[in-house]
Amino acid sequence: MTSRFDLRRMGMALSAPILAIIVAVLVTSAILVAAGDPVGEVWGTILSVPRPRVVVAIINAAIVYYISAVAVAIGFRMNLFNIGVDGQYRIAAFAAAVVAGEGWLPGPLNILLGLVVAMLAGGLWAGIAGLLKVYRGVSEVISTIMLNAIATVLVAFLLRKVAPQTGSNIVSTKPLPESSHVSGLPLIPGVSREVYGLIILAVLIGVVYWFILGRTRFGFDLRATGRSESAAVASGVNVKRMVLLSMILSGVVAGLVGMPLLFGQDYAYGTTFQPGLGFAGIAIALLGRNHPVGIVFAAFLWAFLDQQSNALQITAGVSDRLVLIIQGVIVLSVVIAYEVVRRLNVRIEQRRVAQALAAQAADVKEGAPA
Amino acid sequence: MGEPVVELHAITKRFPGVVANKDIELTVHRGTVHAIVGENGAGKSTLMKILYGVQQPDEGTISVEGRARQLKSPADAIDAGIGMVFQHFQLADNFTVLENVVLGAEKLHGIGDGARRTVQEISDAYGLDLDPDVLVEHLGVGAQQRVEILKVLYRGARIIILDEPTAVLVPQEVDELFDNLRELKAEGLTVIFISHKLDEVLSVADAITVIRRGTTVAEVAPKDVTARDLAELMVGSELPSPSTEESTVTDLPLLSVESTSLDNPLGGRPLLTDVNLTIHSGEIVGIAGVEGNGQDELVEVIMGIREPTSGRILLGDVDTSSWHTREIREAGIGYIPADRHRYGLLLEAPLWENVVLGHQTEPVYVTGPGGTLINGAAARQEAEAVVEQYDVRTPSIHVTAGSLSGGNQQKLIIGREMRREPKVLVAAHPTRGVDVGAQAAIWDHIKQARRAGLGVLLISADLEELVGLSDTIHVILRGRLTGQFDPDRVTKEELGAAMTGATATEGAA
Repeated sequence: MTSRFDLRRMGMALSAPILAIIVAVLVTSAILVAAGDPVGEVWGTILSVPRPRVVVAIINAAIVYYISAVAVAIGFRMNLFNIGVDGQYRIAAFAAAVVAGEGWLPGPLNILLGLVVAMLAGGLWAGIAGLLKVYRGVSEVISTIMLNAIATVLVAFLLRKVAPQTGSNIVSTKPLPESSHVSGLPLIPGVSREVYGLIILAVLIGVVYWFILGRTRFGFDLRATGRSESAAVASGVNVKRMVLLSMILSGVVAGLVGMPLLFGQDYAYGTTFQPGLGFAGIAIALLGRNHPVGIVFAAFLWAFLDQQSNALQITAGVSDRLVLIIQGVIVLSVVIAYEVVRRLNVRIEQRRVAQALAAQAADVKEGAPA
Repeated sequence: MGEPVVELHAITKRFPGVVANKDIELTVHRGTVHAIVGENGAGKSTLMKILYGVQQPDEGTISVEGRARQLKSPADAIDAGIGMVFQHFQLADNFTVLENVVLGAEKLHGIGDGARRTVQEISDAYGLDLDPDVLVEHLGVGAQQRVEILKVLYRGARIIILDEPTAVLVPQEVDELFDNLRELKAEGLTVIFISHKLDEVLSVADAITVIRRGTTVAEVAPKDVTARDLAELMVGSELPSPSTEESTVTDLPLLSVESTSLDNPLGGRPLLTDVNLTIHSGEIVGIAGVEGNGQDELVEVIMGIREPTSGRILLGDVDTSSWHTREIREAGIGYIPADRHRYGLLLEAPLWENVVLGHQTEPVYVTGPGGTLINGAAARQEAEAVVEQYDVRTPSIHVTAGSLSGGNQQKLIIGREMRREPKVLVAAHPTRGVDVGAQAAIWDHIKQARRAGLGVLLISADLEELVGLSDTIHVILRGRLTGQFDPDRVTKEELGAAMTGATATEGAA
C-alpha cells in the first residue's frame, strides 16, 4: 500500500469547488425566480458554447487573472492577506509604461526593461506593507487596503504630469514604440483577435511558483509558517524576514499583472486601463486553493463567466451584473466547502491510520517507496 | 458519608490509535472532596471531559444523583448539576466579577440587581470573598479562580469538578482554596478534584481514586495511605526505572547560561532572574519546578526564540545570546518542545516534511546550488529511518502528523532530533503522554546518546523521570534557580518543598 491517499485526496479536493459551483447555480436560480427573470434563458446564455472571438477573450482575461491570483496566493500560503495586489499592479503598470514608453532600449530589451520596472515597482509598493507589518505590527490587510487608495490617487496625479498634452479626453502615458509591442498568438483559427503573447509570462510564473513553493527551502519555510507560525519559529524560521520577503515577492508578481495588457493590447497606461484585477485575484486564488494548477481552472472559470455574461442583457434581458452574484456565491460557498472538506479529511485520515495500524500492526515497514 | 451523587460504571473511551479510558469505575459521595490522581497522560482529563459532556464515552454508564444520564454537551452536564473549573481560566479581563459571572447565564437572574444580589449571596455563603464590581484584571490568580467557582455555583452546580486547580497557585493561595473547598462540602456540595500533587490530595480529599494508564486501579481513604503509597499506585510496579547507570559526566562544558535574565514585556516580575547553569558533555541537567515558573522561558532563551534582557548563553566558548534560532539549531542543539502541537509539528503536513522541520538547512536535507532546494528523496529516506528506529506506529510516512496518536507524534519528534546527533538536547517533557513502553525506549535513546557525549537539559513535571535520568537537578521557582540537588540523594519530598518554596510539612498542613 503506497498510502499517499492521492486518489482520495484529489477526489476530496475536487468535490469542494464542484459543490460550491452547484450551490452558486442554485442560489442564483433562486434569485432569478424571485425576481421573475427567465432562469432557463440565463443559464442557456451563460452555458452556451462560446464563439471563437469570445474564446480568445476568455483566454486573455484568464491570463491576467492567473497572474493576479498567483500574487495573492503567495501571501495566502503563509497566512498573509495581500489585499493590495490591485494597487500594486496599477502602480507597476504605470511605472513600466512610463519607462518603456521612452524607448531607451531597442525592441525586446525594452520589453524586458518594462517587465523589470513593473516587478520592482510592485515589489516596492508591497514592501511598504511588509515593513509596516514587521516593524510596527500593522495588519497587512489594513495597510494594503490603504495603499490601494493611495496608489489610485498617486497614479492619477502622476499621470497628469507625464501625459503628453493631446487635447483628447483620454489621458495616458506616451505610447510604446512599435518595436516594443508583443505580438499576439493566432491560437484560435478564424478570428482576427489573438491571444496575448505574454501568455508565456503567466505559464512561467505558474511554473516558478510551483517550483519555489514545492521544491525550495524558502518555499518549505513559507509553507511551514503558513501552517503553524509557532512551529516555524521553533524550527528556526525568521518569521519577520519571511513576512517581508513573501510580501515583496507577492508584490513582484502583482507588478506583472498588467503586463499582458500593456504590451499586448493598450500599449500605454491611461485612465482606461483595466481596473479591479487585484480583487478578482483574491477570489480566484481562494477558488483555486492557492494551487498552481487549481488557479488555472479558477481563472478560466472566472473569465468564462465574465465573458459569457456579456450577452445576458440582449438574449435574456437580465443585467450582466448577475455574474457578480454568481461569482460572489461561488467564493462564499467555496470557502465554507474547503473548511468542511478539510475537517472531514483530518477525521478520515485519523481513522484510516488507526484502522491501518490495527489491521496490520506488524506491517509497518512496507511504507511507500517514495 | 452521604449518598452517591456521581456513579461511573465501565466507562471506556477510545481515540484513534489509543484507549484513553478503559473500564473506569468511580463513585463519588455527596458532601465530599473526591480526588482523582494519576500521572500526566493517565487519562484524568479525558475522564473529566466525559463527565462534563465535552466528550462522549464509547461504552459505560453515567448516573448523577441516582438518575442515569447521557451527557452530550456541557449544557447537559450543567443541567444535571455538574460544573467544571478549567485549569486555564475563561474570564474576560475587562469585565467585572458580576459581568463575568452573568455572561452566558443572563436568563437565570437577569443582569441587574437580582444578579448582583445572587452573586453576593453565593460569595458570602461559601466564603468566596468577592466584590461583584471589581474588574477581573485587578484580581490575583487565586481570586480569579474563585470567580470561576462562583460562575459554576451561579449556574446551579451541586457537583464541581476542579481540573488541576493548584497548578497555577502559590502555596498560600492553595491553602485558601482548600478552605473554600471545605466550606463548599460543609454546605452539602460535592467537589471532584483532579491533581497529581500527592501532598495536597492527602490534605484536602475525603476519598481518593487512582488512575493509571487509563483505568481506575484503586480507591483509598487518605488516612490509610502515605504519599509514597499513592505514588506507587500511580506509577505501578511495572514501570521501568529511568535510572542512569554510572556517571558519564565530563568536565567539558557544552552549554552555559550565565547570569541570564528576561524581563516580562507585559511588566511585573521578571520571567527569569540571574539564571546560571552549565551542561557538560555527557551530563543530563534536570530542571524541576511547578509549571509556569520560567521553564518555558529558559528554553526559549536558549533556543534563541527570545532574546535575554541580560546575560550570556555560551555554546562551548562562543556567545550565542544574539544568535537566531536557526543558527543555534545548526550549531547542534536539538529541541524537543513542551507543546508538540504548537511548536513541534506541522499537523497538516506529511510525516516526512515534519522530519525536515527544524533541520531545513541540514546538509542531508538540502540540495542544489547553495543548498537552496529541499531534497525530498533524502527527507523521505530519513523519515523512513526515524519511523523504523524510533518505532513510530504509522502506515506510511505520507500521512499527516495530525493523524498519529500523541505518543507516536512524540516519538517522531525525538527521532528527528536524535537522528541528527545533536551536541546538546533541550528536552521539555520528552515522555509526556507516551505509553510506558515508548517511555522506556525514549529514555534508552537519551541515555545512549549521553554515553556518546550528549549534553541534555531536561525539563519535566515527572519527578521520577527527573531524578532517574539527571546527573544534576536545579529547582526553578519564580524565574530563579533556587537550589541544586544531587539526584542520588534527594528525596521527592525535598524536591517538592523546594519547588513550592515551602517545606514539605508546611505544604501538607
